[in-house]
Amino acid sequence: MAAVRRKPRLAVWKFASCDGCQLTLLDCEDELLAVAEALDIAYFPEATRAAVKGCYDLSLVEGSITTTHDAERIQDVRRRSRALITIGACATSGGIQALRNFADVREYAQVVYARPDYIHSLATSTAIADHVPVDFELRGCPINKRQLVEVISAFLVGRRPVTPAHSVCIECKLRGNVCVTVAHGTPCLGPVTHAGCDAICPSYDRGCYGCYGPMESPNAPALSAKLGELGMGQRDLTRIYRTFNAGSPAFRKESERNGP
Amino acid sequence: MDNQSVLTAAGLQALFDSLRRRGYRIVGPKVRDGAIVYDDIEGVPDLPQGWTDEQAPGRYRLARRDDEALFGYAIGPHSWKAFLHPSVQRLWKSRREGEEVAITPEPPSAERFAFIGVRACELKAIAVQDQVFLGGAHVDAHYRARREGAFVVAVNCAEAGGTCFCVSMKSGPRVDAGYDLALTEIMDGGEHRFVVEAGSAGGGEVLAELPGRAATEGDLAAAEAVVERTAASMGRQMRSDDLHELLLANLEHPRWDEVADRCLTCGNCTMVCPTCFCTSVEDSSDLAGVESSRSRRWDSCFTMDFTHVPSGSVRASARSRYRQWMTHKLATWIDQFGTSGCVGCGRCLTWCPVGIDITEEVRAIRDNPMERGGGT
Repeated sequence: MAAVRRKPRLAVWKFASCDGCQLTLLDCEDELLAVAEALDIAYFPEATRAAVKGCYDLSLVEGSITTTHDAERIQDVRRRSRALITIGACATSGGIQALRNFADVREYAQVVYARPDYIHSLATSTAIADHVPVDFELRGCPINKRQLVEVISAFLVGRRPVTPAHSVCIECKLRGNVCVTVAHGTPCLGPVTHAGCDAICPSYDRGCYGCYGPMESPNAPALSAKLGELGMGQRDLTRIYRTFNAGSPAFRKESERNGP
Repeated sequence: MDNQSVLTAAGLQALFDSLRRRGYRIVGPKVRDGAIVYDDIEGVPDLPQGWTDEQAPGRYRLARRDDEALFGYAIGPHSWKAFLHPSVQRLWKSRREGEEVAITPEPPSAERFAFIGVRACELKAIAVQDQVFLGGAHVDAHYRARREGAFVVAVNCAEAGGTCFCVSMKSGPRVDAGYDLALTEIMDGGEHRFVVEAGSAGGGEVLAELPGRAATEGDLAAAEAVVERTAASMGRQMRSDDLHELLLANLEHPRWDEVADRCLTCGNCTMVCPTCFCTSVEDSSDLAGVESSRSRRWDSCFTMDFTHVPSGSVRASARSRYRQWMTHKLATWIDQFGTSGCVGCGRCLTWCPVGIDITEEVRAIRDNPMERGGGT
């Protein structure tokens, strides 16, 4: 490996989001210096004002597409990026703001804003991959720091990141957790949810909230039947699938199956 | 018989002390997180005295017993494979120095476990994993190190769980091999006592140090009655003598579609199964590209990655994945290892979030088999 090789240039972009996933990069603490060592952090408004024009080897994209302006801007980001990796529930499934997909966003605007005619929002909040080709999607609300470092490390050496798409249940079992649903009767979305958080909620005796969106082969109707036995009504079921990943096809379908 | 002795609860504490003096890390049952789990324990006070478990498909609850039995429960959510075949095992790490890459294999563990309260089905499961990891040409050094160092204190079951079917699988409830010491807890209204039997030279040495008395005819009869009562109260039954032919002749049975509608493909059944041994190999590398490592971690035939090839997952449907798991466990395991992969512990029933019952799935096929043999 040539030691003099130029460091890959990294850009971090923000669309409709809370910034939590970008902040995960700053939250890397111990690894942050190593990230800065391995990559030229060329564009990262959250961390520095120094913007570099041109193209980037790796773009991390946070947030969903909710305005016509952003729908155009993501095309520009794609053109400037050799590899484009989306980070977090907003970028990968539309985020919490995808709740608008189930309603009339103009009606919301009229209720909230004194001058709704100033608001130029799209009717939907959608994932980045609905607009441009995406090289890799990292799930989570927010993303997991360890997984972010893994994705960047894998990018640097050209290997596939280890971010399994199986259920959160497997993470619970790897940790030796006792199943909160079976042993305590706690409703949990773990069986239909994508791994990545290291089963953080069940590890603290809570059910999974589905922050990482649907796992690779979700059977949400079968889980809903179980959640119903545990006391959740149809309204609860509709809502539990409409949190951070309401716009993901599997969760959207199951929420609509249970109610409007 | 001089390899049998009777201990009190105080005598049992002497067993713990003796094992600790010998340098063992003692792992046994204790109450944690609303279940009886296997974890590090100090002694008798850590045992789940007066507790039991109520188990049904998809349901587990801790419950109080009306006596002070120490082993008055069936089995916990975890199995001993968590210690003998840990969920994540590093295989090697490497470091790049200039153009050189130095690889350091992970040395086998020097940990010596003493397992307390191993049930007959669990002994059978350990024997099954012994075949997988120690049988044949390729011996697993990590498993062997942990397995050979282990001291096994078995317990004859005094309580059958609601999902137990060891009698059907001929793997319990009486422990018959593979232990160093075997206990039978007797709560017959008389003295709270344990009939202890040594099953190995090492077990005999430990037993000789313990403050026991010789077992009487009455003690032995009481111990026998405990196991007989348990054998007669299995929560589940499953005819097992013809499973190989039955399942392989019904590979296209409509029941596979029906179970696929309920199956979450979450993988819980395989994670809790004491014989499931599959792993995936994962590599990691650091940001600087200097250090990397390879690990194996428990994987499941219910994941898509398990059969991922460049054109996708070979078993993409839930139907094919459930069928693979069940036919391997109950039928083709016999072709591969000469024994069933199921020991009737019932964990896959209890810990399936939607309570899929393998004995019920077999029954559904048995009661309505296809007229002709199934597909490929």
